[in-house]
This record gives sequence, C-alpha cells and structure tokens, in this order.
Amino acid sequence: MGEAATQLSPTEARLAALDMPRGGWSEAARSEALARVRQMGLPERRDEYWKYTRPDTLTQPGAVPAALFDAGEVPIFDGMERLTIVFVDGVFDPDASDDLSLEGVKIDRLAETDADIHWARDLYGTLEAAGQDPVSRPLAALNTAFATDGVLIHVTGKPSRPISLIYHHADETSDAILHHVIRLDPGAELTVLENGPAAARFNKCMEVEIADGACFHHVRAQGRDHERRAATHIFTRLGEESVFKSFTLTANGVLTRNECVIELTGDNAIAHVAGACVGDGDFHHDDTVFITHDAVGCESRQVFKKVLRNGATGVFQGKILVKKDAQKTDGYQISQSLLLDGDSQFLAKPELEIYADDVACSHGSTSGAIDEEALFYLRSRGVPHAEATDLLTLAFLAEAVEEIADEALREEITGRMAAWLERHRT
Amino acid sequence: MLSIKNLHVKLEEEDKQILKGVDLEIEAGKVHAIMGPNGSGKSTLSYVLSGKDGYEVTGGSAELEGADVLEMEPEERAAAGLFLAFQYPVEIPGVGNMTFLRTAVNAQRKARGEEEVSAADFLKLIRARAKELKIDAEMLKRPVNVGFSGGEKKRNEILQMAMLEPKMCILDETDSGLDVDAMKLVAEGVNALRSEGRGFLVITHYQRLLDHIKPDVVHIMADGKIVKSGGPELALEVENNGYTDILAEVA
Repeated sequence: MGEAATQLSPTEARLAALDMPRGGWSEAARSEALARVRQMGLPERRDEYWKYTRPDTLTQPGAVPAALFDAGEVPIFDGMERLTIVFVDGVFDPDASDDLSLEGVKIDRLAETDADIHWARDLYGTLEAAGQDPVSRPLAALNTAFATDGVLIHVTGKPSRPISLIYHHADETSDAILHHVIRLDPGAELTVLENGPAAARFNKCMEVEIADGACFHHVRAQGRDHERRAATHIFTRLGEESVFKSFTLTANGVLTRNECVIELTGDNAIAHVAGACVGDGDFHHDDTVFITHDAVGCESRQVFKKVLRNGATGVFQGKILVKKDAQKTDGYQISQSLLLDGDSQFLAKPELEIYADDVACSHGSTSGAIDEEALFYLRSRGVPHAEATDLLTLAFLAEAVEEIADEALREEITGRMAAWLERHRT
Repeated sequence: MLSIKNLHVKLEEEDKQILKGVDLEIEAGKVHAIMGPNGSGKSTLSYVLSGKDGYEVTGGSAELEGADVLEMEPEERAAAGLFLAFQYPVEIPGVGNMTFLRTAVNAQRKARGEEEVSAADFLKLIRARAKELKIDAEMLKRPVNVGFSGGEKKRNEILQMAMLEPKMCILDETDSGLDVDAMKLVAEGVNALRSEGRGFLVITHYQRLLDHIKPDVVHIMADGKIVKSGGPELALEVENNGYTDILAEVA
C-alpha cells in the first residue's frame, strides 16, 4: 500500500478530533450513530444532496474561526414571557438560564448522564436513524454520537410559556454540537424558540416526537455573526391529528444548512415548515426538506423565501414523498427568491414522488427581481427608493412569515427583517 | 402652479419622439383638461411629469412653483406636491393599503421637514376620507389594489390624493374602465378636493368625465403637441364631431 493508506480519510480525520461522551443511558445510541457515520462517510461535494453546498468547512476537523458581531440590537424574543435556557458556545450556562421547572413539562439535560430517562433513551437517535433513509444525513449521525449537551423535554400538558433556547457565541473558534430531544404526549402543546449565533461552527440536531392530537410550534432566528457556520437538523414524527409548525429566519452567516425531515405517520396530521432568509454578500443558505406522507388525509406545507444580494447564494432542496396508502394527501411546496442584483443566485430542486392515486400536491419555484412598476408606484407617492425597496422586500417575505401562528412572534420576526434591511441599504 | 415650456420627450429604448414641444400653464385653483386621440402623447406627458423611467427629455422644461421637476426623483416630485392618479393603478401583494398610505404620508412630511402624523390621527383622517369615497375598512386592510375592481382601484387613487393633499394633481384617464355610477363617485371625490391653492390636469379620451369635473380650460393634444385650447365648449365640440374636424382645422 502506498502513502494514501497511512493518511486518514476526511471522515476519520474529523472523528479523531472528537471525544464521545462515555457512560450513561445514551451510550448505546451514540455507538450505533458512530457506526452509521463510518458506514455513510461524511458528506462530500459529489453527494447528490451536497451539489449546491460545499460541505468541507462543516466536515473538516476544526471550525473555521468566526468573528463576533454586534449589531447593537436587543436580542430577539427578549421581552417575551418564556423559560430561557442558555448555552454559550454549546456549554450550558446555569446562571443565565431560568430554573428548568415549568408546569406541564419535564426538562432535563443530555449532559446529566447519571439519570436514566427512559422516554429519552427510547427516542435519542431513533428519529435521526430513521431519517437516514432514503437520503443519508451523516452530520446528524455525527451529532447523535458526539453531542456534548442538549435539552430533553417531555411535554405532558400545555405549558403557559414557550421554552426559549438561546445560543451565545463568545469564542471565535468554538465548535459546538448540541442534540435536543422533545416528546409531546397525546394532546400536549409546546412552543420552542431558538436564537443566537451559537458558535463558530454549530452542529445541532432536534428530534421531536409528536403524539396524537399534540401540537408543536417552533420559531427560530439564526443570525448575527457574519462568519458563523451551522448545520442543523430537525427530525419529527407526527401522530394522528397532530400539528408541527416550524419557521426559521436566517440573517447573516457564511454558511447555513437547515435540514428538516418530517414523517407524517398518523392520519390527518399537519406539518408546516417555512423559512425566510436575507443574505448579503458572503452568505450561503441551504434549506433541505424531506416530507414523507405515510398516513391518510395529512397536510404538509413548505414555504421558503430568500432575499439575496451582493453575490449571496440560496439553495432549496425540497421533497414530498407520498407513500402508496397515503390517500387524500394535501402537499404544497413553494420556494422563491428575490434577487436584488445580478451577482446573487438561487438554486432550487423541488421533488415530488407520489405512489398514492388520490392526492393533491403542488410545487413551485421562482426567482425574480423587485417589481419596477410597484417600485415606481410607491415612489410616485413619496416613498423614497430605499424605503420602497424594503417595503416590497418585506412583502415578498410575508408569505413565509405568515406561517407563524402567533401574532406577537410574527411581528417580532418582521421587525427583525425590517431592521436588517435598513442596516443593509446601499 | 405648473409651467411646461416647449417640452420634447422621446422613448429611451427606441428613437421615437413622443412629445414635440408641449406648452402648458396651469394656474392654482384651475382645472385644465387635455383631450386627444390615442397615441397623441397624453399619458407620456403624465409619466414624464411624475418621473417614470424609460423617457428622455430632449428639450424644454417643466416647473412646479418655479422648481425644475424634471431634475427630481419621483419621490421628490411627490413631496414637492405633484400627484399622478394612474390610469392603471399597480397591485402590490403583501403591502397593506393602510401601511402604504401611512408610509407615503409620513415620507412626504419628513421630506418637507414636517412632523410625522401619529397612528391615531392618521386612522381618524383616513376613515373619514374613505367614507366619503365609499371605501370600506376591509379595502383599507387589503394589500394595495390586489383584487380590487376597476372602480375600487380608481377610488383608491382618489383616496391617496385626498390623504396626500398635493398641490398639483394629474389624473390620467381616470374614467377608463368606470361605469357611470363609479365615475360620478370619483368625480365627486375630485371636486371635493378642488381649492384655491390646487391645480388639476385631467387627461381624458372622452368628454363624459368633464360633465362631472367641470374644467376651466380644455386643450386638444395631437401628435405630441397642444394644437388647440379653449373653454369647456371645446370638449363638447369633440364629443359631437370627434377629433377629425378639429385636427383638420388646425392642420
């Protein structure tokens, strides 16, 4: 054998840089996940689902340093009634966090391995493992194997406040891996908020099991640091008449890959996933969604809007798979970009794979510029060019934001987008 | 109020002269009407005055109270008091009518160094004005012009005019696509805004709008020029005999 044999493969080089937490109830799941990573190998450019997004900075042994950035804004969700759980560069900060007790919910931490939490042990890594077929997601398996912490949330009732996960970034070279597990019992309800740049490189996984009649809302704001990188996964499985609604706002960040894997397994379940992103310059944003309809009468919606300028890149890969017996499926998918200049690009790959015969599925994807007629109309009424452009841009993003059920959260998100646009006026 | 002298305009894209020396003086408090056959340059005049892209001024001038409007950005023209009621009002999905109007009113006030109007005062004012134009609260909440009927769109233009209180109003074929009742409503809205300090330029193809908005002066435009001016009786002449006779007479 030549020199190549003595060199570590990219996957092994990455694994060599990590320590797997030992002991405790999650160990078996972690070992299995590690085996999955080794079997799949970490993503490479030639992989079908990594054609539009370079995985190298996400898979290399260490994080590319990311400078901290302060826009001088009050953090999002700041004034809201909520239970906050704070991580700094992936490390739990007990002083900044609220007491983890809330009615209708039991919250534990993944890092506290001494407690054997049966429900979490049965769930940790299982939705991720199930989500590896038919498209592999090695970064999620890597996460299951090596996550240093995360929250385990068992929802039995309807807590009065959302749980707010805040990810601070303080160390310019931090490389954080967090894994959250959430289980909603039948009829339970929970809203989870997430915000913050998290780390120079952030690998985050969230598994959400939603039992019959339960309802899960998720609103996330990713942003702030221009140089941060993130690969995130949501894996969710929905029971009968349950609801999953997730919205993500992304502003800033050189590289973001958000994957969402949804499995509708109970009849008449509803899953909505939406995203709005605003990118300026060195910004690459990838939404990769896979929705499997495996029950009767389910509804799924994907609504993604991207505003791109100064060479920013947006990617959308969205798939709806309707299995043979998933009759009366209602699937909707739209991905649109507003390209504010000729240097920016949007790459979209919508996919439908349908085996049932009584379904309604639609998908659409568009790229466009600001509507000059509308712009002139606004200006002719006295609205200055920059302000008119912002108004039209917010109008473009509105369809995604409208997917957020809660009005206060909708306004919070819209306010952030408006402030971002104002800061980025040319 | 508005002084147009020997205005020459061509299309930017093609080498085609549209306006070939328009002269027009509109005094404050007066309503001038421009009539003319299709392609005579009526709408081009309104677009050039409001600052739409795609036109090149090759000669002449246009001044609003002594200020050169042709040098201004569209929003500056609006803040200076110029208003164009569009022949085809633009639909803007995602922008609420109310938000749009408040943004416009406050942007103009800001540009003129005036204080912004409060949300409560604005609401009170717009409700009163909307009521006069039979625009219901639902229409104010909807996205700008989206799903509006032809008549609703034109009434919305007049509502904007009422809220922005411009000095010089240009109405570009506001009667097009309106039935008699809708036209009366729009005309009443315009008449309510007639005042000593405000000038109007009403561009129309037909005389019927001028039955409701009585002009002080009527101009006939043909081939990029004003070829004849007179009193309201000129509009009746057009109605009775068409443009052919007048054009033959001035040729």
